[in-house]
Amino acid sequence: MITFLSHVIKGVNLGSVYAVIALGYTMVYGIAKMLNFAHGDVIMVGAYVAFCIMYYLGINPVIGIFGAVIACTILGMLIERLAYKPLRQATSLAVLITAIGMSYFLQNMAQLIWTSNPKSFPSILPDSPIVLYENGAQQLTMTPINILTIVSCIVIMIALTLFISKTKIGKAMRCVSEDKGAAELMGINVNLTISITFAIGSALAAIAGVLLCSSGYANLSPTTGSMPGIKAFTAAVFGGIGSIPGAMLGGILLGLIEILGKAYVSNELADAFVFAVLIVVLLVKPTGLLGKKVHEKV
Amino acid sequence: MKKIFALVLALMLAMGACSAFAEDAIIIGISGPLTGPYAMYGLGVVHGAEIAIEEVNALGGIQFALTYEDDEGDPEKAVNAYNKMLDDGAALMASTVTSGACAAVAAEAYNDRVFMLTPSASSPTVTEDRDNVFQVCFTDPGQGAASAQYIVENKLASKVAVIYNNGLDYSTGIYQTFSEKAAELGLEIVSVTTFSSDDNADFSVQLTEAKNAGADLVFLPIYYTPASMILKQAKGMDFAPIFFGVDGMDGILSIEGFDTSLAEGVYLLTAFSADAADEKTQSFVKKYVDLYGEIPNQFAADAYDAIYALYEACNAAGVTAEIANEMDGFVPVCEMLIPIMTEITVEGITGTMSWQATGEVTKTPTAVIIENGAYVGAK
Repeated sequence: MITFLSHVIKGVNLGSVYAVIALGYTMVYGIAKMLNFAHGDVIMVGAYVAFCIMYYLGINPVIGIFGAVIACTILGMLIERLAYKPLRQATSLAVLITAIGMSYFLQNMAQLIWTSNPKSFPSILPDSPIVLYENGAQQLTMTPINILTIVSCIVIMIALTLFISKTKIGKAMRCVSEDKGAAELMGINVNLTISITFAIGSALAAIAGVLLCSSGYANLSPTTGSMPGIKAFTAAVFGGIGSIPGAMLGGILLGLIEILGKAYVSNELADAFVFAVLIVVLLVKPTGLLGKKVHEKV
Repeated sequence: MKKIFALVLALMLAMGACSAFAEDAIIIGISGPLTGPYAMYGLGVVHGAEIAIEEVNALGGIQFALTYEDDEGDPEKAVNAYNKMLDDGAALMASTVTSGACAAVAAEAYNDRVFMLTPSASSPTVTEDRDNVFQVCFTDPGQGAASAQYIVENKLASKVAVIYNNGLDYSTGIYQTFSEKAAELGLEIVSVTTFSSDDNADFSVQLTEAKNAGADLVFLPIYYTPASMILKQAKGMDFAPIFFGVDGMDGILSIEGFDTSLAEGVYLLTAFSADAADEKTQSFVKKYVDLYGEIPNQFAADAYDAIYALYEACNAAGVTAEIANEMDGFVPVCEMLIPIMTEITVEGITGTMSWQATGEVTKTPTAVIIENGAYVGAK
């Protein structure tokens, strides 16, 4: 039982990281109606920036995370302005290919700047576990970074939901999401709104990058972001792309499936398992768990 | 005017085609991962070879020159690198550094008749059925059996867990001989778990199983990148058995950002320890530190020994730069070196080495332990 619970904790922790990344996918899709495949690589850049600040400059992790968030926000807006904005009227396929190109561009830039030698991300919190429950030799433990990851995931989700539903910019986002043309007619600056969406998504990516590497789930290398990026995309689709609670739910479920699948089904098939879940969900419920079906009016 | 231009171009081409190396030196080729996750191995080998070549050339006898290429540990790139080095005039290979790449190159070299002495490719598939390939390092099976023996002889543990990468020949090979030897010696293996790629990042499941099985030693026949994550995650679970690695663990202390206190007390089976007291090792380590600013790992030492072995072999076989630098000079060089390899004995910094006709080396394994962020000889 304790072993099971400790797997659950790990699963929720990993899932929380996926959820934070998936939020970025889902917001951009919801508002700009495009799949930003470079999102996973923004995570990697964020982690590298934090690593540089913390390890090379020896500055406090809090400033490291802050620096990563700022760098990624700027990067996200730059990517949007340079690569996606000129294609606003192009077919969705063209935008998708551009996003994939951007992903490779970021990976190769990272390899040029930081080389492909893997780096070990310094712990931002102590590694030693906290004992939650003890029963003889068996212990249920959690590391401080587990707690931080799960808590920040929940905080981010609540803050984001409030932001979208209560603020003026949030309202503008919902408008753009519903009907870009009409929003523009109502005096909403569509380009600015999309820029802000990218900024928020990328800032979240930076946080996700630090949490991912700091939990010890990845060594830092130029391809660090790709697999978590793909899994988070799966999570976003799983939960219903475009839906914020959906991304959260999808992420956490995916993390749980991955860890529990690994522990109780097969170690090697864990990744295959994750994607099999996506296929099954799409077959049974094409809009994802919390996705809404939009009827096109003729 | 046009004619002169064409003439100049033709001259430049002709000059470019000439070898960039001195005519009176035997050119040795090395390809290995100089970038990428295994870069530490390739760089160690190249640096170690550079030092040995400088020393050998200073002796005044046969002169060596080095040409090297980056193959990122990838078989396809390694074959390209190998062909490029032959084009550059290499007469023999002190490579390839990693096993998978080396097996691919060895297949080509066997057909082309190019002599290969790999410093560090330890899989038996590298030398299997090929008379022209020899190894300086232990084979993987050798490492597995030697590890089990070391653990039993030094009474390090009674219950052992193994975590290995079943997507890698290297790792699977060591695990198999380890488990056979462990069964023979009565060493109990309580948990065996796998992962399938070095990109794999979460080891909580494997570690939980090992911990619950009550293992007091975890055997890690894997490379240092995943090993660094295992050490970190084990700390996060308050799981502190003895971790025991093999030569792939070498390099863990040089990962940027790695908290070396996590590796405190980690054993690794290796033929080289940088703090050995003998004069040769001391002088090699000193030169290496002066030139490259870090303590040499086992790969550097293996490469250093490989160059000396080639030097001995070339001397004994009567290989000269004239033969080596003829058109396709690598063929006679190869045929001359093959019979001599089984006859020579080389005193190196990784032990006293002699070779079997299979290409396998004979030398004694030792273990080092990581203490205060440095490799220290264990007993």
